[in-house]
Amino acid sequence: MIGHRKDLLGLEDLSAEEITSILDTARTFREVLDRPIPKVPALRGLTAANLFFEASTRTRLSFELAEKRLSADTVNFQTSGSSVSKGETLRDTARNIEAMGIHLVVIRHQASGAPHYLARILNAGVINAGDGTHEHPTQGLLDIFTIREKLGRVDGLRVAILGDIMHSRVARSNIWGLTKLGASVTIAGPCTMMPAEVERFGVTVAKNVDEAIEGSDVVNILRIQLERQRAGLYPSLREYARVHGVTRERLRRAKPNVVVMHPGPMNRGVEIAQDVADGENSVILEQVTNGVAVRMAVLYLLAGQHAPAESATEATPTVETVKR
Amino acid sequence: MPTGGAVEQVREKAELIDGEGLRRAVTRIAHEIIERNGGGENLVLVGIKRRGYPIAQRIAERIREFEGIGLPVGALDITLYRDDLQTISHQPVVSGTDIPCDIDGKTVVLIDDVLYTGRTVRAALDELIDLGRPKSIQLAVIVDRGHREIPIRADFIGKNVPTSKREVIMVKVQEIDGQDGVSIGEMLG
Repeated sequence: MIGHRKDLLGLEDLSAEEITSILDTARTFREVLDRPIPKVPALRGLTAANLFFEASTRTRLSFELAEKRLSADTVNFQTSGSSVSKGETLRDTARNIEAMGIHLVVIRHQASGAPHYLARILNAGVINAGDGTHEHPTQGLLDIFTIREKLGRVDGLRVAILGDIMHSRVARSNIWGLTKLGASVTIAGPCTMMPAEVERFGVTVAKNVDEAIEGSDVVNILRIQLERQRAGLYPSLREYARVHGVTRERLRRAKPNVVVMHPGPMNRGVEIAQDVADGENSVILEQVTNGVAVRMAVLYLLAGQHAPAESATEATPTVETVKR
Repeated sequence: MPTGGAVEQVREKAELIDGEGLRRAVTRIAHEIIERNGGGENLVLVGIKRRGYPIAQRIAERIREFEGIGLPVGALDITLYRDDLQTISHQPVVSGTDIPCDIDGKTVVLIDDVLYTGRTVRAALDELIDLGRPKSIQLAVIVDRGHREIPIRADFIGKNVPTSKREVIMVKVQEIDGQDGVSIGEMLG
């Protein structure tokens, strides 16, 4: 359990301790993934439903893999070919799924706040897998996990987050998590893609990409979200690449062992140059592997609340487990 | 059986084995392991976390002293293999398994502080078998207190202690508890 939570909706409302306990647990699961049989029976008997109202490849696969590696049963739901296309409301869809005896619901939805709504009406645990332009907490956690594994700490690091901050739920989750753990975050991107009053997030806004990269330990490059773009935010992809794209040249301003991250899918040659994406500082594929471990940790920690047999909610042990 | 639902209050009644006695028990188990296996060839010691691990390290240390060989020592965290995860309301903290070598074809000596219902050992066996295919698995414990719920027995035992189910056996090791010894207590309330 994360604190006494039944759901993971965002990093904004988690404490530094809660975040750290998820990251520590993820470490164990990272080791499980390297085993000859990368699977443990921890969630046997539990069923997880993956509700994806919005396109996703890696997050959906990552969650499904995490569930299977924990021996949970999984059911998948995608908007196309489902009753949503017949006009069913989110509430009815969710209630029906719960009536089937689901313990954990993973939801991605184009509307910010959809997971929060489900969390209120369902007894099942709800995990936000990305809601509109709000948060993508497991992506934030896996980014922070990757940074911590690479550099050994988060506290005191300088992290640059570059690109379309306004539409990016990845940026929001990263900002909340990183600042809680003591990193200083600098953001940069086209001024048409900066949310209003962005300073309230506790970040520094740089004039341009070069200034943000200067002296940074981590550079996290966001995807240009072509599907979320309203017309007129920038003139052309070519201009975006020239003014805001991260190239090897620009990366020289960072610390020599800078960690280069991207949540994927990459637009190669736009926000990230080919040789940066495949360069020696890139941890983009490690992020993907770590994503499974972090999601296993979240599922495992939330699952305690959702035992199949309606179990007691009595006061619980703190650290050590009672061995039999 | 404690279900992990709450931390029981325990009153300590008596010391069964002092630090010196624990040291002798560990030494004897170390000799028995080597005798039973005709030397240390192909042996791997695996301690069940938490207290089985420091005990495994001590057994390895003894074997190094009298046999002159260094055996690999691993740590097993059985949390993810527990059979009561679904009946407790709070997920126990997982701390990770670390086996330093391949266990395929090896003789694994599983080491724990107390053998009680046998469920911890059951979980440990499942995890070991997921990690590889040992030639054989043996079990060493400091205290066997009875009350088995599944058919498991130890190959090497420091001390047999008849207990009631209301009693608690506490094996203490310097590394975790700041002192060595075994005592018996009683659950309160």
